[in-house]
Amino acid sequence: MYRYDEYDQRLVDERVAQFADQTRRYLAGELTEDEYRPLRLQNGLYTQRYAPMLRVAVPYGLLASRQLRMLAHIARTYDRGYGHLTTRQNMQFNWPEIKDVPEILAQLATVEMHAIQTSGNCIRNITSDPFAGVAGDEIIDPRPWCEVLRQWSTFHPEFAFLPRKFKFAVNGAEHDRAVIQAHDIGLDLKRDAAGNVGFRVLVGGGLGRTPIIGEEIAAFVPWQHIVSYCEAILRVYNRFGRRDNKYKARIKILVKAMGVDAFREQVETEWAHFKDGPLTLSEAEVARVAAHFVDPAYEALPAEDAGYQALLRENKAFAAWAKRNVRAHKQPGYAIVTLSTKHKDVAPGDITAEQMDHAADWADRYSFGELRVTHEQNLVLADVQQSDLFSLWSEARDAGLASPNIGLLTDIIACPGGDFCALANAKSIPIANAIQQRFDDLDYLYEIGDIEINISGCMNACGHHHVGHIGVLGVDKNGEEWYQVTIGGSQGNDTSLGKVIGPSFAAADMPDVISKLIETYLAERLEDDERFIETVRRVGIEPFKANVYGAREAQRKVANG
Amino acid sequence: MAKLIRNGRVEDDARIVVTLNEGDTPEAVALPAGALLVPLAVWQARRDELAGRDVGVWLAGDEDPAALADDLASLPVVGVHFPAFTDGRGSSIAVLLRSRYGYSGEVRAIGDVLRDQFNYYTRCGINALQPAEGRYTGAQLEAAVASLTDFSLPYQASVQDPEPLFRRVARAA
Repeated sequence: MYRYDEYDQRLVDERVAQFADQTRRYLAGELTEDEYRPLRLQNGLYTQRYAPMLRVAVPYGLLASRQLRMLAHIARTYDRGYGHLTTRQNMQFNWPEIKDVPEILAQLATVEMHAIQTSGNCIRNITSDPFAGVAGDEIIDPRPWCEVLRQWSTFHPEFAFLPRKFKFAVNGAEHDRAVIQAHDIGLDLKRDAAGNVGFRVLVGGGLGRTPIIGEEIAAFVPWQHIVSYCEAILRVYNRFGRRDNKYKARIKILVKAMGVDAFREQVETEWAHFKDGPLTLSEAEVARVAAHFVDPAYEALPAEDAGYQALLRENKAFAAWAKRNVRAHKQPGYAIVTLSTKHKDVAPGDITAEQMDHAADWADRYSFGELRVTHEQNLVLADVQQSDLFSLWSEARDAGLASPNIGLLTDIIACPGGDFCALANAKSIPIANAIQQRFDDLDYLYEIGDIEINISGCMNACGHHHVGHIGVLGVDKNGEEWYQVTIGGSQGNDTSLGKVIGPSFAAADMPDVISKLIETYLAERLEDDERFIETVRRVGIEPFKANVYGAREAQRKVANG
Repeated sequence: MAKLIRNGRVEDDARIVVTLNEGDTPEAVALPAGALLVPLAVWQARRDELAGRDVGVWLAGDEDPAALADDLASLPVVGVHFPAFTDGRGSSIAVLLRSRYGYSGEVRAIGDVLRDQFNYYTRCGINALQPAEGRYTGAQLEAAVASLTDFSLPYQASVQDPEPLFRRVARAA
């Protein structure tokens, strides 16, 4: 993964000093609350319902073991012994004290970490494929490009105070695992007919209050020009994006208002002024960055490890885990392992300091010292030898990180919700846990197969509910917490937004609602391998709606809307 | 007399910033004696009247620097107004004044100008920073000069550093 040189390190150190001074001036009364707020947000520091929250950047989800150990140390020393993996592949801490944050940032800087631009109306942490560099369907490794864009977007002087937050995602594989269609800018790496590398550029996608699928603004921007092209988009947005209403300030609203063709024309006009100037990337710079992402020293191994195969046959629990949590690797004899944080007794994405230390140790022993955070809020060990899988599984099971449920119903994405977040209308975590509790029979989970449930505690959609096969959105009705359910959303190449099935539900009813939806699916599906999302697309939402609400007619309350 | 930071030093400045308050019109707003920094609308409405005076023009966030393109050669100062420090439009306006229109006179940030943005503003080509009157004490403004260099070697190409870091320095692989 990328290692800082003196210039990267100096910038992060200078940021630590800058924010320490800003915090000092704030605490001394020289900076008002309103003046300090955007500054602390651009350093990942929120005020939450009960305490501040610090969101630490994990650039495009890549973590070194020593970085994860530092996060464990911070969780232990400054928090309550755990952290939370976010849907933007970051880690956040829910209980630090403001006065400690400059010191936390200073400690993070010693392991090339920071909280820069993890919040605020600026370019946020760029997200990407958690299987970058190891997936069999990869066309071009997105990591060097993420790093090039990270550097361009870090402390960009012109784009620090945009109308609203700005999110990039980069995909380089056949199957998009970065949800690029739901980002302000989605970049799809590809080759043109002559084999040159470039980007298909999508703009104006996003979830939140007004979910919109991004539209293509450029079919192919050659790699040399991707930074200048993005600069042109950002300048048009910075100048013309709405600033009068924060709910209409995202670039998607500007693109919709202008129409993508007019928007494109304006961007191209802007771009023409500096397209071939100093922003043009050089081969040397890209090569310098890409050198950090070469393959680790893989051993030459047979494609299938005989011992691993034998253990799969012998041990049913191991085989179940391997079936869901182990993926094929591009390198013979290796595997990609996802460590699940999803369990009925734990908030999705929560991970204790002890678990972090364990995972860091496994990374060192089994996976070249590196890990990835997925936007589904799990951890990945990307380079594990098949012959090590059994040992890893045994240890992960002891540590509570081996739920065999990746991609299954209990692998729920959820934001922190009303238990922590000051923006939330409703709690998310107890809903996730109640659903996980209801579906605790593994055989039944396997019968249901691939399905994604995404839960957001408010319309800001941090839990990506619009693109969940089943989406759950917390809403406030006269001070009470209710849940609106959508079905038919999906992420990936065929990203779609879910449709609301009807009036919302009380928290206590949510497990029943999910059960009804699943019953309907199992009754309607054509064959065992038709996935939930495919059934919804084929039969529409009506049978689901009829089953959920029909069953509820005799029951007491169904709120309006 | 207002205090501002110009080219890295705290200076006194007598130029009067004219604003249009409620009820004012560009045609009728009073123009005091002395050096002025007037809104674009006043400049456009009263260019003849202002001829020969020491006058600069300031742009609001929604105004296009192209409107001044033909006048820039004769303007000693162009102001960029930040209605709030969280409004970044002025940064793009400053960049355009310098890079698109080649303006080499003083670009002055006015409005909600805070030291925490000095580094970014300077890199966008703003060389005079005029915080709102009374926002900083003299001593605080002197201390704020340090913020100009918050980041000593930034990644980006900007007005201040016309080339990105990878072209400015040799970075080891």
